Amino acid sequence: MSTQITDIPLVEHVETPLESLNSLDLLESEAIHIIREVVAEFERPALLFSGGKDSVVMLHLATKAFWPGKVPFPVLHVDTGHNFPEVIEFRDSTVERLGLRLEVGSVQEFIDSGELAERADGTRNPLQTVPLLDAIAKNKFDAVFGGGRRDEDKARAKERILSLRDEFGQWDPRNQRPELWNLYNGRHTVGQHVRAFPISNWTELDIWRYIARENIELPGLYYAHDREVYERDGMWRAVGPVSEPRPDEKVVIKQVRYRTVGDMSCTGAVASDATTVHDVVREVAASTLTERGATRADDRISEAAMEDRKKDGYF
Amino acid sequence: MSTAFETTPAALGTGTLFRFATAGSVDDGKSTLVGRLLHDSKAILADTLDAVTRTSADRGFGGENGSTQKIDLALLTDGLRAEREQGITIDVAYRYFATDRRSFILADCPGHVQYTKNTVTGASTADAVVVLIDARKGVLEQTRRHLSVLKLLRVPNVLVAVNKIDLVGFSESVYRAIEVDLQSVAGEIGLSDVVVVPVSALEGDNVVDRSAHTPWYTGPSLLDILETLPTTDELERGLEPFRFPVQLVIRPQGALAPELALTDDAGASFRDYRAYAGQVASGSVSVGDQITVLPAGRTATVVGIDFAGTSLERAVAPQSVSLRLSEEIDIARGDVIAATGTFGEVSQDVYAELCWLSAKPLREGSKVLIKHGSKTVQGLVRAVTGKLNLDSFELEAASGLELNDIGAAQIRLASPLPVESYARHRRTGAFLVIDPQDGNTLAAGLVKDHPGDHEDERYVI
Repeated sequence: MSTQITDIPLVEHVETPLESLNSLDLLESEAIHIIREVVAEFERPALLFSGGKDSVVMLHLATKAFWPGKVPFPVLHVDTGHNFPEVIEFRDSTVERLGLRLEVGSVQEFIDSGELAERADGTRNPLQTVPLLDAIAKNKFDAVFGGGRRDEDKARAKERILSLRDEFGQWDPRNQRPELWNLYNGRHTVGQHVRAFPISNWTELDIWRYIARENIELPGLYYAHDREVYERDGMWRAVGPVSEPRPDEKVVIKQVRYRTVGDMSCTGAVASDATTVHDVVREVAASTLTERGATRADDRISEAAMEDRKKDGYF
Repeated sequence: MSTAFETTPAALGTGTLFRFATAGSVDDGKSTLVGRLLHDSKAILADTLDAVTRTSADRGFGGENGSTQKIDLALLTDGLRAEREQGITIDVAYRYFATDRRSFILADCPGHVQYTKNTVTGASTADAVVVLIDARKGVLEQTRRHLSVLKLLRVPNVLVAVNKIDLVGFSESVYRAIEVDLQSVAGEIGLSDVVVVPVSALEGDNVVDRSAHTPWYTGPSLLDILETLPTTDELERGLEPFRFPVQLVIRPQGALAPELALTDDAGASFRDYRAYAGQVASGSVSVGDQITVLPAGRTATVVGIDFAGTSLERAVAPQSVSLRLSEEIDIARGDVIAATGTFGEVSQDVYAELCWLSAKPLREGSKVLIKHGSKTVQGLVRAVTGKLNLDSFELEAASGLELNDIGAAQIRLASPLPVESYARHRRTGAFLVIDPQDGNTLAAGLVKDHPGDHEDERYVI
């Protein structure tokens, strides 16, 4: 049996790595161990899948963890209604290719029914928490995989790999279970659930090197392309239905790419000529800005923006 | 975009991964040291530095022109609102940086209340721990306690950074006196090969680069040492016997991955596929090896090692793989696959050291859950046989354990587990004690030999 399911271009993959396990091998092995633990110990796990690069890597790891079987859990997308159309297309084609069930929690529906109010600044990232908790409750998910990484943010740096959430989905950073050795404690009582972050220890650069090594497909907007953009708060914003330029903001066509994909109204692009995955690896390695600082208006609101969202039940 | 970068191991992902933790008392400058390591190894990007510089200036630090001595380096690591407001570190924070040689995962463990909990947590996965000492204060009781915990957890590399060396005028005699004290304490505890480095986290001396202010110190900088120390897996590779806790059985039957299901041939060849998925806990396994399934004791031969469509000849710790066996024997999650002839006896009575990490105290007669490898069983705490006096490092009589206590207990298990002495088998000697009521983790458990067995081999690394 030597069915080769992945094509590995950048780093030569050794058949028997033996004494030379490199950092990507070790991170991959740790993530697969965590994914298998959660699937074995929980009744109804699900994976948060947006079509963004971290969730795509998570799904790839899951396919490897259960080979030759299929991924044994559904995926959940909390849809802000402010998505890049190509990311939604990518989400749907990936889900179809892997034969997965897709659950969608819709921010728009909650706004339409009056359960959520649009924010003055128009960004919908913070509004995802309510539909997320609703989808978790409705589907009785007891474990939810996320692609959160500790290097993304100061608050995430304190997050556990298995993070216990109460009935309100709240994260209590001052009262977390100690995580010892590679023994993960997923015990929870009725009403509680666990968020699992198997790629906690990966950095943005690890993610990109892994995407290159494993030849993982991503939505096209992660690579340099020409787009109509305007400058706001030092970021390039795409022109679109939820991100109209103000009269004084000049629209130009620029070669850009996205380092993160999220709510179109608050996600910025970066000027880039990185058209291939190897170009991106080089660009990320040389970058002088963090990915959230460079591209997320909502994380610039305050020093504790992420911490506050997480305490309320955010990813 | 220099071409030199593309050939470095960190850029290619071909370097190794090294995990280390920091431990220290309050105000010995641990957050500053971590901030310094991140800053000087260029792991802090411009936008983060801008934010920290602004906040530092607001608090009266003179952060002009991004001058590094003038910013509050601790702000680089203290992430939570309460931490920044109170100027303290609350919980273990994980940080990431890479040099040309390897990638680092740093567990920054706060030193105040709950220091045992934090140090045990950080040390349990660490390839090295850096203990901080304030050069003005020397070796404190807390230093002693930290070193004791590191010894107990068998951290393979222990480093001591004598910090604030600038505040004692870079004095060699002060440093030498501390070094002598330290080596004597380490000797008492039984820690060998403790590496000592004089540093100033605030000024950067001997952290990333060797300092001109300490000509009497001829050793490498702290980062140089961290770049060259062996990892736990590297140290133990080839020495430990094969152990593999089974996480789950992969038996897809009809539910094949779509790319396999598409072809009739593959569909047929995988119809009876059955493999045992897990992570190699220690040692290595090769196709053709004889294995024994614990606790039942049945034996079989390894006929295949699979990883996501690739067949391997051999797998080593800590690879996640799936094993196929020659016989269809009854194996379930929680069983441990071991190299035949390398395991003693499974046991229902466990003698262990417990690091008590919960505010809920332990009493004799408590019912608990024990998580060992991939199995969780019920346990009854029959007796608390002692509590470690962290000053004398001797066991004294006790009938219970409180938060931050380290003690010894005897636990009766509802069903036998393949436990081994932690002193010789890090992975199969470790377990969690869990509260059956609320599910919280109560303690870190380290299996001891049964009384009378191998007493002489205790603490052999």
